[in-house]
Amino acid sequence: MAVAPKIREAPPLAIARRPSPRPWRGVSFPKTLGARLGLIVAALLFLLPFYWMANSALKNLQELSAFPPTLWPHVPAFENFVRAVTYIPFGTFLLNSVILTTGVTIGSAISNPLIAYGFSRIKWPGRDFVFGIVLASIFLPFPVLIVALFDIFAKLHWIDTFLPIIVPAFFGNPFFIFLMRQFFMGLPSEISEQARIDGANEFQVFLRIIMPLAKPAVAVVIIFAAVQAWGEFLAPLLYLQDESKYPLSIGLQFYRQEHHASYNLLMAASTLIVLPVVALFLAFQRFFIEGITVGAVKG
Amino acid sequence: MIAAPRLRRVRLNEQDWRNVRTALPFIAPWIIGFLAFTVYPIVYSLYLSFTHYSGFGDATAAGLANYQHMAKDPLFWQSLNNTLYYTALAVPIGVVVAIALALMMNQNVREVAIYRAAFYLPSIIPLFALTFIFIVLLNPGFGFVDFVLGLFNIPAVNWLGDARWTRLSVVLLAQLGAGGPALIFLAGLRAVPTELYESAVLDGAGPFRRFYKITLPLISPVILFDLIYGTILGIQIFTPAFVLTGGTSGGGAYTAGPENSLLFYVYYLYKNAFQYSDMGYASAMAWVLFVISVVLALAIMRSSRYWVHYEAS
Repeated sequence: MAVAPKIREAPPLAIARRPSPRPWRGVSFPKTLGARLGLIVAALLFLLPFYWMANSALKNLQELSAFPPTLWPHVPAFENFVRAVTYIPFGTFLLNSVILTTGVTIGSAISNPLIAYGFSRIKWPGRDFVFGIVLASIFLPFPVLIVALFDIFAKLHWIDTFLPIIVPAFFGNPFFIFLMRQFFMGLPSEISEQARIDGANEFQVFLRIIMPLAKPAVAVVIIFAAVQAWGEFLAPLLYLQDESKYPLSIGLQFYRQEHHASYNLLMAASTLIVLPVVALFLAFQRFFIEGITVGAVKG
Repeated sequence: MIAAPRLRRVRLNEQDWRNVRTALPFIAPWIIGFLAFTVYPIVYSLYLSFTHYSGFGDATAAGLANYQHMAKDPLFWQSLNNTLYYTALAVPIGVVVAIALALMMNQNVREVAIYRAAFYLPSIIPLFALTFIFIVLLNPGFGFVDFVLGLFNIPAVNWLGDARWTRLSVVLLAQLGAGGPALIFLAGLRAVPTELYESAVLDGAGPFRRFYKITLPLISPVILFDLIYGTILGIQIFTPAFVLTGGTSGGGAYTAGPENSLLFYVYYLYKNAFQYSDMGYASAMAWVLFVISVVLALAIMRSSRYWVHYEAS
């Protein structure tokens, strides 16, 4: 492509990266100290669940049920992790979770840029009105649809398959469409014009010119879609009834099936589920923060 | 409900048509998906709401029976009450928590990235996993929270076993999701022009006055969005209640939490549809939920003219 190969720098998706005016610049030291104390206490509160999960995962049942609770495992029971993954068919559930997450993520990565392109880079009459419908559908509670959706999927014989969860992802998600559209709107129109003059059709412009520039935005969609699918609860609960099809979210209930719940194993399994999300966050923090603040200033 | 948009008769020229034809393949997936997975289910559940239907065989006409039953069903009213109680507490508290976090992060604190990460992280953790952690944290026998309360001589609370506290436990759990909105508020705070504060300081305005007169009005559009979105999420509350009450694995458990205190609207809808095989009644409940969500969103939107500040442009 002869067109605009120079544009490497992604256009501003980055509200977070912009140097920010600090209204309280130059305030006296004690003031920052107060804020800092508040921030530290709040941060400890927000991180407490993670610590307590890991702490409980490493205790034996006897230590876990002691009061007062021990603040760290005095007798670390690392074997809990081994027991946790053998106590229930953890491997099967994990595989199902991975398949679901992969499917939803691929669907989201393909559909949302395509749809958002049609709502941003092409001017057609009624576009903004129709996009208003897309935005309004963000505010539709999903549970309103579950009864009818279940019946529809049952008639398609899709129950106990992953299709009811994966297939809709290939038809776009209003929040992701909004996110991608915000990005596309920020790209100058000249780069498309030039390619069109060179004889590219619209799909070629999309695929060869716009998409290479849109990698950061697609990354945001991929990350959000993956995290969302990994934690999805209601949809698999509805559509998957055969135990061998359960993802981890539903399968974890099994730790509490008997009279005595094995909370340490439950916490060990939860740690294994939470860990990839934490790792993803630490690796791609910037994308998360940018994704959440897209369109924020517009309110 | 939603004011019908006035469609002007527009004469499309050839270029317009060409653009529509060009755009159509791009947005076609959304159109198909929206019709198949949103519009059709809404219409279909309206039809089902006027039938008796078990999910098997044919639906039989029921007229208004489902809606009449709803009006007299004490569990329906309790589930609605539980949900509104939860939403009315969790959403405003959530806004206050998010603004407080954002205000603190907006101070000139160098290591702000650490706090940002700490606050945001719980909001991307699967909700079911957070709920499991809460079961351990709030356990009356060995829980950390009651232990800490004990250090301050506050009597232990049976968070998940006492009907007065169960819903509050879920409100507490919801606050762990404040990190996302806090980042949005932080972006809003940083967009406030510094000059406004500087001239306010010159006029002798103290920090509280500056917050009340400058910060709050300027971030009020973000508050509006957060209130509407939070409310719509709030009335959908399901997963924590389902996990806390043991869900399907509870065996003979008939109540959703002590005295049905965790029987939220969607939980009861779910039970009707998938445990009692009363799809007709559940569809009627779904439609009532749809109407409630639209009414609440419009009501908050309406109220915004009295408290949301829009810059004169």
